[in-house]
Amino acid sequence: MNNQRSLFFNVDWFIILTYLTLCIIGWFNIHAAVYDPMNPSIIDLDTNYGKQLIFIISAFIIGFAILLFDNKFFNTFSPVFYGITILLLILVLIIGRNVGGNQAWIPIGSFRLQPSEFAKFATCLLLARYLSSGTIKVQEFRTQITAAFIILLPTALILLQPDAGSALTFSSLILVLYREGLSGYFLVIEGLSIVLFVLTVLYNKYVVLVGVIALTGTLIYFYRKSRKSLTIIGSGFLFSVLFIFSVDFAYNKILKPHQKNRIDVILGKVNDPRGIGYNLNQSKIAIGSGGLWGKGYLQGTQTKYDFVPEQSTDFIFCTVGEEWGFAGCFLVISLYLFLLIRIVNIAERQRSSFARIYGYGVASILFFHVFINIGMTIGLIPVIGIPLPFLSYGGSSLWSFTILLFILLKFDSNRMGII
Amino acid sequence: MNSFFARKFVVQGIFIAITIILLMRLFYIQVISDEYILSAENNVIRRLPIYPARGVILDRNENILVQNEPVYDLMVIPREVKPFDTIEFCNLIGIDKKGFDRRFKKARSYSPYKASIFEKQLSVQIYASFQEKLSNFPGFFVQNRTVRRYPDSIAAHFLGYIGEVNQRVIENSKGFYSQGDYHGITGVEKSYEELLRGQRGVQNLMVDALNRPKGSYADGKYDTVAVAGEHMISSLDKDLQKLGEQLMKNKIGSIVAIEPSTGEILSFVSSPGYDPNLMVGRQRGNNYMALLNDTYKPMFVRPIQAEYPPGSIFKVVNALVAQQFGLINENTYFFCPGGYRYGRQGFMGCTHVHGSIGLKGSITESCNTYYGYTYARMIDQAGMRPVNAYKKWRTAVSAFGIGTALGIDLPGERNGLLPTSDFYTKRFKNDRWGSAFTISLSIGQGELGITPLQMANVMAIVANRGFFYKPHLIKAIGDENVIKEEFLKKNSAGIDPAYFDVIIDGMSAVVNQPSGTAWYSRIPEIEMCGKTGTVQNPHGKDHSVFVAFAPRENPKIAIAVVVENAGFGATWSAPIASLMVEKYINKKISRPKAYMDRLIDANLLPGSGKVIRK
Repeated sequence: MNNQRSLFFNVDWFIILTYLTLCIIGWFNIHAAVYDPMNPSIIDLDTNYGKQLIFIISAFIIGFAILLFDNKFFNTFSPVFYGITILLLILVLIIGRNVGGNQAWIPIGSFRLQPSEFAKFATCLLLARYLSSGTIKVQEFRTQITAAFIILLPTALILLQPDAGSALTFSSLILVLYREGLSGYFLVIEGLSIVLFVLTVLYNKYVVLVGVIALTGTLIYFYRKSRKSLTIIGSGFLFSVLFIFSVDFAYNKILKPHQKNRIDVILGKVNDPRGIGYNLNQSKIAIGSGGLWGKGYLQGTQTKYDFVPEQSTDFIFCTVGEEWGFAGCFLVISLYLFLLIRIVNIAERQRSSFARIYGYGVASILFFHVFINIGMTIGLIPVIGIPLPFLSYGGSSLWSFTILLFILLKFDSNRMGII
Repeated sequence: MNSFFARKFVVQGIFIAITIILLMRLFYIQVISDEYILSAENNVIRRLPIYPARGVILDRNENILVQNEPVYDLMVIPREVKPFDTIEFCNLIGIDKKGFDRRFKKARSYSPYKASIFEKQLSVQIYASFQEKLSNFPGFFVQNRTVRRYPDSIAAHFLGYIGEVNQRVIENSKGFYSQGDYHGITGVEKSYEELLRGQRGVQNLMVDALNRPKGSYADGKYDTVAVAGEHMISSLDKDLQKLGEQLMKNKIGSIVAIEPSTGEILSFVSSPGYDPNLMVGRQRGNNYMALLNDTYKPMFVRPIQAEYPPGSIFKVVNALVAQQFGLINENTYFFCPGGYRYGRQGFMGCTHVHGSIGLKGSITESCNTYYGYTYARMIDQAGMRPVNAYKKWRTAVSAFGIGTALGIDLPGERNGLLPTSDFYTKRFKNDRWGSAFTISLSIGQGELGITPLQMANVMAIVANRGFFYKPHLIKAIGDENVIKEEFLKKNSAGIDPAYFDVIIDGMSAVVNQPSGTAWYSRIPEIEMCGKTGTVQNPHGKDHSVFVAFAPRENPKIAIAVVVENAGFGATWSAPIASLMVEKYINKKISRPKAYMDRLIDANLLPGSGKVIRK
């Protein structure tokens, strides 16, 4: 076909432009975050922003190379990618470098490889391949179990590092299953479980119980006419109560103190002023002080003078918030929303269900990162250390998000060629 | 397309919903709430005070009494220290390796990032040689600040001292002072604190999370410069003060000298005193405790805080008041048989049998009998009930500045004591008392308390023939030589000038007639008018008092000298006063050295055993 030859006419340029815009915004903000007014220099390959420039260029080369691969390559080799990733995840537990309490990196020369980043697209690919094969129906229990296994195997290995943030990312893949026919109740139950878990750990279980009872009562009042709704509400109530008590029991009786402490820290329950609580507070101050239009490029004081920790990686959004204000945040978040909506639309226009399912995987994972990361910096949710796609400093994460995205672009550019 | 296509909208709906939540939250913390803007400023801005130079205090001839002297503190920021030649460093500032390690450890435990004092107050020589080699020692720098320095070591009570502010002062200052600031605690330093301290400037510095300075905030737009404190010209005469302090060595007491035409205090000696330089520098705390525990109480400001019954010098006041009341005049004579009988069997002895004695003679020879009669006239024969006559007398006496603080520009001035009629009514349990009950007041004994300042002020009134200016220490403030309005106001003592002649005649004779009590203290070529007093002291030897002014015409100086436990006024206080007067008026002393040495060498401290130490 004519289309297959002119590859670049079929690539979705909206996505590529958005992608590039986000990368460049990221680079400028990393520069601002590490900018030292006493030593201003724009290009220095020893600094984070210098390295990030290399990461961006190499990521773009990787993305371009992906577009040159054969279309069937990814489908065919998805079990191989998955297998390699799992091996790497096991390997990292044995020979990995421990940085900041997480054994997540394999050192290769001067760079460090983070297998958990690559587990994301490998898992998406395998999940897409499994769900798109033949007569599989997501509504069937067998399918659900297999899909859950594909998702939970890397999740469990990442949890062992232990990197709770990255592990949680995989929970977003439930959106993929939902799109493929999983009952909507699973979404509700997953959401409910997360909320109840956090609340039970943070507050007294009886307080949470009272809340659940009040909510149930309200729901019963509104749906008192419908028997079916009442049954659902009743079972939801029963689930909630059982869940609260089991979480409470597990948390207080089964977990060891250091494990409990880790959960407490993740949820911000332990308010160590120089620890997690400090980060969150400083991050809110940095973003909040930006105002409507921000302080201007390189004018941020909070990020520049190290009040915000991890300012070029997980907390890069603070620099955006401080120097570009609400306007800048609005722009960045809008770009993400555009990207996500566009990815879903692209997924839906694929003829092969493999490509479509993969597309939903990409959207879910990006969405989860964006929501959790920004939500964390503005104090909406507890501090969970995951990067902001395309903006955060770091080669592994930029490459993995690029690979994730460009595989979808590759599928999309070939969508006409697949029957 | 498959059967679950519609779920695309659910998924996209979730994306949009979450986006809206994020944006709403961002809008709240960035645009609506300003809490975070304030927190951000607190994080990053450090307001560094810039200390102004404290005002200098000069004497009336513009000699420096207290000035600021730069001291050089060697500072260190431990984190910025890089390896250097420790031996050279130690040799330069004169410490050993052990001392170096100890100081460095202390600085590091205070803060690795913040500057702390490594060695206080380097000498100028060390500072100079160190400054040259400063670049060899990264992390070290020299900070200069100023301390008070008193070149002549005089007038400690007058000037007062400064010290670090305490928590209470910080709270009451409405944000003016902060920890580590200095303020005046006593003396002029305290009473003129607001003018002397100047205005502090502020430099807004930006710091990073580790408190390291990162340059000025907003290019110094919000910085303010420090305004130096006002300099003060005091009324004190440096040379006179020096002489006074010398003469009062090893004695307890005061000298207050006032310029009658202005109320300016020329000399303000409180003895025993102390070197004001003791209250500065590293040994300050120890010195302070030693002074506080001294049995002779050198911190006590005797000229305004010690109250004495004035003794015979009070006869001057009674003589003037009685004349003003029209009860005696220069031709009034009483018979002195060696004492005054009052009541049924009361007897107030006199120094001599004076026989028939007039007003002038009563001053010159200090006749108690004369004042017994005079007082009786004022109280018992005033044509009213004695209680009311007493009230009238009291009002007249208080017009001399007795019984209430004069309002000198120093903290801690006492009122003294001039009892009200109610006081006696209460004491005698009825109001039918008369002169016989309070006869001691006629000769300045009994329930009277007068500070040396008040005594000198009475002399100023006599010198001026009936008025005085509020005694004060600061005659001009700042470049424009401002003087406080209250010091320009003439206060009347309520006595007609005509009544002073005979008193002044009598006082002149005290000094300048061989029969006068202070003949020994006469000054060649200067007609000094004075009055001796001996204050009965129930605790030991009597206090010696002498008040005077000179010269008789156009008086330049009024003076009061009190020497505790020294006996007769004529023995110690009068010669001291005469030297002060001569020194001030003639700028030199004509009398033989031995005359002065006797006074300077005398040790009259109680318990010292001998009166004259040679």
